[in-house]
Amino acid sequence: MASLVDDDPRIIEFDVRTDEMLVNMGPQHPSTHGVLRLVLRTDGEVVSEVEPHIGYLHRSAEKIGENITHRQFIPYTDRMDYLAAMNMNLGWALTVEKLMKYQVSEKARHLRVLIAELNRIASHLVGMGAYGLDLGTFSPFLYAFREREKILDLFEEACGARLTYSYITVGGLTADLPPGWLQKCEAFLDQFEPIIKEYHALLTTNAIFVKRTANIGVMSRDLAIEYGCSGPVLRGSGVDQDMRRDGEAIYTAMYEGYAFEVAVMKDGHYPRDHEYPAVPADAVLGDCWHRFFVRMLEVVQSMDLVRQAIDRYASCQGPLGDPVKLAEKMPTGDAYLETECPKGQMGFYIVSDGTATPWRARARSSSFSNLAVAHELCRGCLIADVPAIVGSLDIVMGEIDR
Amino acid sequence: MRGPEFLEQLEKAVPGAVTGRTLDVVDPWIEVQADRIADVCHWLATASPVRFDSLQCITAVDWCEPDPKKAAKVSWQPHLEMVYHLWSTPARVSLVVKATLPRWKADVPGQLPEIPSVCGVWRGANWHEREVYDLSGVWFTGHPDLRRILCPEDWEGHPLRKDYEMPLEYHGIRGR
Repeated sequence: MASLVDDDPRIIEFDVRTDEMLVNMGPQHPSTHGVLRLVLRTDGEVVSEVEPHIGYLHRSAEKIGENITHRQFIPYTDRMDYLAAMNMNLGWALTVEKLMKYQVSEKARHLRVLIAELNRIASHLVGMGAYGLDLGTFSPFLYAFREREKILDLFEEACGARLTYSYITVGGLTADLPPGWLQKCEAFLDQFEPIIKEYHALLTTNAIFVKRTANIGVMSRDLAIEYGCSGPVLRGSGVDQDMRRDGEAIYTAMYEGYAFEVAVMKDGHYPRDHEYPAVPADAVLGDCWHRFFVRMLEVVQSMDLVRQAIDRYASCQGPLGDPVKLAEKMPTGDAYLETECPKGQMGFYIVSDGTATPWRARARSSSFSNLAVAHELCRGCLIADVPAIVGSLDIVMGEIDR
Repeated sequence: MRGPEFLEQLEKAVPGAVTGRTLDVVDPWIEVQADRIADVCHWLATASPVRFDSLQCITAVDWCEPDPKKAAKVSWQPHLEMVYHLWSTPARVSLVVKATLPRWKADVPGQLPEIPSVCGVWRGANWHEREVYDLSGVWFTGHPDLRRILCPEDWEGHPLRKDYEMPLEYHGIRGR
């Protein structure tokens, strides 16, 4: 029996040492989510070290932020995480509002939840589709983009832009929804809901997908916390944390009255997991599969939140309220706020000297921390697993390089 | 655990390190001596009753007004301010720690000010410190691999300094 295993050509021998080689992945490797360069130190198929080189998309957003007013900075936040621009707008707007001690109207609050959660769905769809691409399957990408396109259509109708919205702004939103928008949004949700089953069939339970992701790139709870990982990457390691529930008062107040369960495995179960495919036997908490699965659960969670927000928004009377003036002065002081963006906890930090222009504008990127942990996850894996691991972190280079 | 009580414990554990506290602002913060930052962070991350097990962000704020007219009106002396945003996963609370550095070591322009690295406390600090070094020009002593991260390796200067000037030319590309 032993000899049969030894002769099996499919088994890679981990103990054979040959010459070390440096392999360059990128800066334009298609499956690295932007202009990322990875330098791999390999011995045959086994990777001993991965070194990410970043900065190819550095556009000095923080320096620009020191020269324009807080509201003028909103379009620059769009271009950080361009897949979830609404959430980035929201993070910056709330940070300025926290410093100003400003409170938006009830109607604006519900509209913000609606828009932000809709964008979370769109972002996770890209995350899912692109992850399929990373692993060599093309079709899920097309199905994901088909649905994402409908969300972009809704956004276009609401604010005129398809990618860089600048819709949520300091003191509210730039415009109210056009008539008939809510019905279109509801129609989209009704159409989208049954489709999620297809995604699970395409990827979650796909035997090849499971083989490529289960028990690959396992991140322990402590490692995730020590590196400051956040979002689905942190929750995929079983840490029960979501800023929408655990964050600061100004952010959690936005979700007050909304019912949602944080997508994290507790006592071996995900919330409402009887509705979804079972966790594969090979999957270990903290591996690529779990990070992916948390994202898929959050799509459904966000859909629930959008439905709740539609009801609440529709029942709100009165005007939306106008955003603050373009050059409204901020009080002297500083404020830091983290919000739960699709990729993780996005933090903005403003230091103000009493004018409308921040003295210092800082963006703490979630993908930055999530990517920093990649070299720990890739140590000792196979070359083919590197895209699987980096893809499972669902990074956006625009946000990392800023 | 209330704030003042917690600060007393910190004072007992790392005597003399805390030099100030400001608790009545939007984000309350404590100020510590720059050369004790690693000791303070080590206590906060491992021995404190509230374990700050995660470092969210390191920021350097450059307090310097390059315009001499405006500089005559400001109330502060030029300095660098280091801001550490910590988070406690079990207690779900945050903490802001600040430290003051001179803009240049021994006031010699070009000599980077130094502060102990906190990489030994949180491994995730590695990239954050590299970014602060790259953009704001702070040297972290004890950092395992301190080099530029966002700018090219041969870039000159630290862009987030207030008196930074974009180079006229970089490898044949016009700067300004």
